[in-house]
Amino acid sequence: MWEYTDKVQQHFLFPKNVGEIENPSGTGNVGSLACGDALKLTFKLDDNEVITDAKFKTFGCASAIASSSVLTEMIIGMTLEEASKVTNEDIADRLGGLPKEKMHCSVMGREALEAAIADYRGLKLPMAEGEVVCECFGVTDLEVIRAIKESNLHSVEEITNFTKAGGGCGKCLDRLRDILVETSHQGISLKNLAEKTKPRMTTLQKIKKIEEALEREIRPGLRKDGGDIELVDVDGDFVFVSLRGACTSCVKSQTTIKEYVEKKLRELVLDTLIVEESK
Amino acid sequence: MMTHNDAVYMDNNATTRIAPEVLEAMLPYLHDYYGNPSSMHRFGGQVGAAISQARKQVADLLGAEPEEIIFTSCGTESDSTAILSALQSFPEKRHVVTTRVEHPAVKNLCENLDRLTGHKHRLTRLMVDAEGCLDLQKYEESLAEDTAIVSVMWANNETGVIFPVVEMARMAKERGILFHTDAVQAVGKIPINLSETDIDFLSISGHKLHGPKGIGVLYVRRGTPFMPFLVGGHQERGRRGGTENVASIIGLGRACEFVAANMADENSRVKKMRDKLEAGLLSSIPHSMLNGHKTDRLPNTANISFEYVEGEAILLHMDQYNICASSGSACTSGSLEPSHVLRAMGVPFTAAHGSIRYSLSVYNTEDEIDFVLEKMPSIIAGLREMSPFWKAEV
Repeated sequence: MWEYTDKVQQHFLFPKNVGEIENPSGTGNVGSLACGDALKLTFKLDDNEVITDAKFKTFGCASAIASSSVLTEMIIGMTLEEASKVTNEDIADRLGGLPKEKMHCSVMGREALEAAIADYRGLKLPMAEGEVVCECFGVTDLEVIRAIKESNLHSVEEITNFTKAGGGCGKCLDRLRDILVETSHQGISLKNLAEKTKPRMTTLQKIKKIEEALEREIRPGLRKDGGDIELVDVDGDFVFVSLRGACTSCVKSQTTIKEYVEKKLRELVLDTLIVEESK
Repeated sequence: MMTHNDAVYMDNNATTRIAPEVLEAMLPYLHDYYGNPSSMHRFGGQVGAAISQARKQVADLLGAEPEEIIFTSCGTESDSTAILSALQSFPEKRHVVTTRVEHPAVKNLCENLDRLTGHKHRLTRLMVDAEGCLDLQKYEESLAEDTAIVSVMWANNETGVIFPVVEMARMAKERGILFHTDAVQAVGKIPINLSETDIDFLSISGHKLHGPKGIGVLYVRRGTPFMPFLVGGHQERGRRGGTENVASIIGLGRACEFVAANMADENSRVKKMRDKLEAGLLSSIPHSMLNGHKTDRLPNTANISFEYVEGEAILLHMDQYNICASSGSACTSGSLEPSHVLRAMGVPFTAAHGSIRYSLSVYNTEDEIDFVLEKMPSIIAGLREMSPFWKAEV
């Protein structure tokens, strides 16, 4: 049994701001069903870029739900500038602390907020640009380095607690150790690392490769079940698709998109792609 | 603290309530009869006689002989003793057969044999199908010249699925291979008669059958080569050193009588309550599914997945109503991945994270079943409302 603070229990049992804002100013989607937790954060801004409303939908454990709930409470009334400075430590502190194995729940809150702000500003997420270190949970080296620096991490176990990296098959544990040593000894700046990573594809290249992958690898499987899929748009790493035929009424369509289409596209095209259903 | 009278306790595969008659049998050996059974005087000697009686009670439940019973500290010790003994007895054989769904007591031991023994081993981990069942043909194919021991659980702790260990032991015996079964979940819940089997080693844990914690049994068939794990005094005829945990041994003996007397009730009334709970949950909660084979299963266990919600969150909401159960979700285990058993069965992630195990005992009542059936739908619906993967039209 986890030792949750009263504040965590309150926010878990009686969460604030559950739901989804219609026509939000920004939306942040992080996590997945496969990972065991996921958060969709939406917010609304007024003309002065002050957050007037924020809502969340979370799949996950008590601390994931509590972190999401407290996050919405924190950012309502903040300017976008203020909100962009909220850290995962701030979220955990507001909850009176989280068990160390659950710190990744607060990190997920911060990531969703960043994603929502990036969405509003029409920017790409800087952290997704790195190289994926942990295949199981899709964590990049930049995310790991950031967690090490911001939360002052000293062990691989702590990296796992904060980012989930290394918590699955364990194949990346050596790499995490290397990153930990490099980061604490040389203090490489995040910017340098971002520049060092491999060059990105242009949008046109992406679209071409995605279309190819859909036709060759994905459509045949869906058609067998009477369904189909169409590419609607590509924006940065976001790939918008529309399901057709039997897929539209299938209860598993969300799973199909995330666990099948997204996985395939990450494997065949680019490992940072995020596939969304276009309605 | 929450008392057992408040708890709607449906987590009996984790541990069970110590039966009042078991505790009563133990107390004199904590209060008054503190003598050492190895002593020469009558004060100690009478304790030795009580241990002999407990040994017979255990043997009777298993259809074994008293001298085939070794008392240990827990199921884990029994498992380690059996497997390491077989490897020591046959140093030229370096192959072990087990399954993907064993309890960590066997799983983690088998996966670390090289490090623990300093010798290289070959490990076969048998797959299970979507219902959690083994393929006997694959099993037969895995048995080899250099197989030292097979270790397959009698019943799975998470799903309750029962494995055909009697037949598997026969197949091992035909090839001169030793057979161990971790039976901590099966003993006391389904009838077992070891005299009619070829099983060489069998592990029991006291607290899974209404006995105390900290006591276990390893059954070793007469004639099976054996090397002790704990080396020390002559206790347990030199097969397990260390002064006897007297009160717990007495308690375990009494617990074996208790479960034997309740065996019919477990397989009729308890099973009926389990079936009612299972059918009720599956029909009242959409997108829920049973994990594990429908019939080849312990009478007390129901493992059900509720899609699009996460197990820890479900359990903590159940806890608000004092309902006690377990989950195979990642978050409850402290690891980041869901149960190895459900993953081996290929249960999709959408469902594995939201799995709940209800495990009953003879102490459960019909009223408790009704209470759980009344509370679960709103708990699941409330969490689904909050889930980004759940849509009203689903």
